[in-house]
Amino acid sequence: MKTQVPRSELPDEEARGRLEGIVNDQSQPGSETQSPEPVVRQNVQQQEAGRLEAIQRGETFEPEIHDCVRQEEHVLNVDGFSFWYGDKQALFDINMPIPKGKITAIIGPSGCGKSTLLRSINRLNGLLADTRHQGDILLNGDSVYGKSVDVIQLRKRMGMVFQKSNPFPMSIFENVVYPLRVDGERDKKVLNEVCIQSLKGSALYDEVQDRIQDSALGLSGGQQQRLCIARAIAGEPEVLLMDEPCSALDPVATIKIEDLMQDLKGEYSIVIVTHNMQQASRVSDYCAFMYLGRLVEYGPTGDLFTNPILPETADYVSGRFG
Amino acid sequence: MIQSTAPLDSADSGQARRSDSPMPKKRRRRYAKSSILARGEPMVWLTGGSLVLCVGMIISLIALILYQGGTTFWPGKILSFKTVNGTVVQGEITRSSSVTYTPEIISGLDPKTKEKVEAEVAKGNKTGHRRLVRTGNFDLTNTHFEWIDNNSIQEEQEPEWLVLLERRSWGRFYGIPKALKRNDEVIAEGPEATWKAFQENHTEVYEGVERFIGVQKYDFGRIHKSLEKSRLRLKSIELEHGIESAEYREGQKKLQEETNATKSEEARLNEELALLKKKNSELTMTLVTAGGQEATVPLAEIVRGVASNQLNTSGRLGLYFERWWEFLFDDPREANSEGGIWPALVGTVIMTLLMSAAVVPFGILAALYLREYAKAGFVVSTIRIAINNLAGVPSIVFGVFGLGFFCYIVGSGIDEMFFQENLPNPTYGKGGVLWASATLALLTLPVVIVATEEAIAAVPGSMREGSYACGASKWQTIQRIVLPRALPGIMTGFILAMARGAGEVAPLMLVGVVKLAPELPIDSVAPFLHPERSFMHLGFHIYDVGFQSQNSEAAKPMVYTTTLLLISIIAGLNLVAIWVRGRLRRRFIKTEI
Repeated sequence: MKTQVPRSELPDEEARGRLEGIVNDQSQPGSETQSPEPVVRQNVQQQEAGRLEAIQRGETFEPEIHDCVRQEEHVLNVDGFSFWYGDKQALFDINMPIPKGKITAIIGPSGCGKSTLLRSINRLNGLLADTRHQGDILLNGDSVYGKSVDVIQLRKRMGMVFQKSNPFPMSIFENVVYPLRVDGERDKKVLNEVCIQSLKGSALYDEVQDRIQDSALGLSGGQQQRLCIARAIAGEPEVLLMDEPCSALDPVATIKIEDLMQDLKGEYSIVIVTHNMQQASRVSDYCAFMYLGRLVEYGPTGDLFTNPILPETADYVSGRFG
Repeated sequence: MIQSTAPLDSADSGQARRSDSPMPKKRRRRYAKSSILARGEPMVWLTGGSLVLCVGMIISLIALILYQGGTTFWPGKILSFKTVNGTVVQGEITRSSSVTYTPEIISGLDPKTKEKVEAEVAKGNKTGHRRLVRTGNFDLTNTHFEWIDNNSIQEEQEPEWLVLLERRSWGRFYGIPKALKRNDEVIAEGPEATWKAFQENHTEVYEGVERFIGVQKYDFGRIHKSLEKSRLRLKSIELEHGIESAEYREGQKKLQEETNATKSEEARLNEELALLKKKNSELTMTLVTAGGQEATVPLAEIVRGVASNQLNTSGRLGLYFERWWEFLFDDPREANSEGGIWPALVGTVIMTLLMSAAVVPFGILAALYLREYAKAGFVVSTIRIAINNLAGVPSIVFGVFGLGFFCYIVGSGIDEMFFQENLPNPTYGKGGVLWASATLALLTLPVVIVATEEAIAAVPGSMREGSYACGASKWQTIQRIVLPRALPGIMTGFILAMARGAGEVAPLMLVGVVKLAPELPIDSVAPFLHPERSFMHLGFHIYDVGFQSQNSEAAKPMVYTTTLLLISIIAGLNLVAIWVRGRLRRRFIKTEI
């Protein structure tokens, strides 16, 4: 999906970016240890025009990554990862460590590559024809894109929840234990236990316990999405990937899912892609802002929303742009 | 979204600008007013009318078949007409039609009728009515039917004792019973007594004849078959060990013993047959026909005797269903124009089932490869086009291919390998229900492939992704997610294939359908299903009875009833498949919430 920033808004944006850039520069001198100072200095002109403008022109910046992100223990490490759909490059040299046991949100306008990044983690994008990649992602130190990696085994170490709930056309029970089924688990007792555990884990058990053998397609939208979460955690994944899990849900169901994420946090490491800034600020511990395939700023959610390093981030999270 | 609305907006504003200038606006308006296309209503009438026409044609076809097929077995009154020139015509009315008297037709009438007709024509009545009477008694009169002009009728009666006999050969017989004899000794006389005696004795004779046929067909068949088997065993010993070997000599001795044993058995059966024949031919009935002739009919020849004119409604209904029963579950008689169609019914169903069993797995596998594994490109699209074109190839071409490939190449190969002792008589190297099914499977394969491909393509990508994300392999995803979800669509293809396959006739004539099959392709002798046997088929039966029969007018009802049955079978099979599809759909595809 190619989406461009509406051009009509750009002049204002540009001016504001320039203005706030100056203000920020003065207010936080030298606070950004990882900031690409030399690059910025060399391109004063561009910096004034706004970093996002520069990115649009295809220029490269080092992302602003807050220190405390690096100090955490990491479950995932995106290491110089680039991705192409055909000739179109969707991700540009992403370097991004993802902390263990925390919720990391990826935000950004449409087409910024956040979903691509998420789907690259479990190599779902590799199923599409005519794609290629560069760099690697490490899952607890193991390469995801290495030559000898068995992608099936790899995906069993991750769970994924999609934008639109996608329960399989089978019973609730079979849906939840699907990861175990494809893994060859046949012990009824184990399956039952995992099913109940996962349903409890996704706060769905009380609602469906008396119709666990009924078709999953009879559940409501919110229940279906929680069922998908139950399915994603049934295989005890090392990381849980969520691709805009609430965008198709009503507010009540959204709150349920968000509460659920809070419960799951700690036990599972969660990466969530979201359009919804409020959601990102509500649920996540860390937050990454991406723009046109590049990581722009990445830090603790509180800092990113209230006290970002870059003015562009401030613009985006406050809704003045995007 | 933003992007897609933007061009629309600009287009709208562009149009608005254009309509601002007065000239084009005016022209457009005028054009719109005069255009029939701009106003919806005529198109509604056109499209709706086309639909009504199609539905009307289908309904009238089905109504015709239902009426004609449904009324065939209804026992009508047997009428007796006395014509103006003194002859008597007896029988059932088959149909009637109006006739316009032209000079040619008038000149063909007999003198007395001619006078009457000419008088009518002079009065201005140029049309008259005539009726087709089924007179039967073919052995006496050399005709089954007679047209009778209403103007030539002097007297019309329903004689109480005019009865109908359905015979094993020569078709129907109409006459008034006169006497019943046992070996020339009269045991009953007069219509009523004779009829009563006939009804008392007929059941026994009927069973005797059935037994006779059974002994002839099954007992002798069994003996001959086992003897044939032994002979073939000896032949295969000869092929294996040579004619000089000890094994061969031993086999020969064994065969001799068996032949001797069979001979005594045969003698016993022959004796039984002779006894049955004698007993069966004891009773005869003498009847008086329309011409005043006396005719003697052996009771053994009579399948059923009906005193139609004495039957009340419930009696008629009973007879109606009895005839349907006979039609469905009896063997055909009289070159298929009488009796039942059981072998054709069985043949059709077995062939359709075998065809489905062959075409569905193949079609699904082929579609799976095309849709799931093959890389889209020139080759795949060429194959897809080829498959679609295959659906348009005339079916007789498939018949020729089936004969050439399945019967003569594959079948002969099988004979060479497994049935050498039977050569030069072919076992599989000729038409049979297996090859017919295979040919039809080939014919219907494109339908299944196309439908399955579409069904597979309709499985949401989100489900596949969900499955892959759970760590499922490609085959696991196909097997657990794609196939169940695509099953209703696959069933649609299966239904279409079945409907096409069951109604196909042309290719079958080349690969195994026969006019009269001595044995069913399925029976109680191991291995129960005999796929090498020729079989009868309802579609071919219709063609054969309707167009190859000597007595096409008498066969016409059979054509309608057989058509009705064929349509009902296809409809029945389809209904079952549709019901299954509905269940699958409810189970696997729920409407989105």
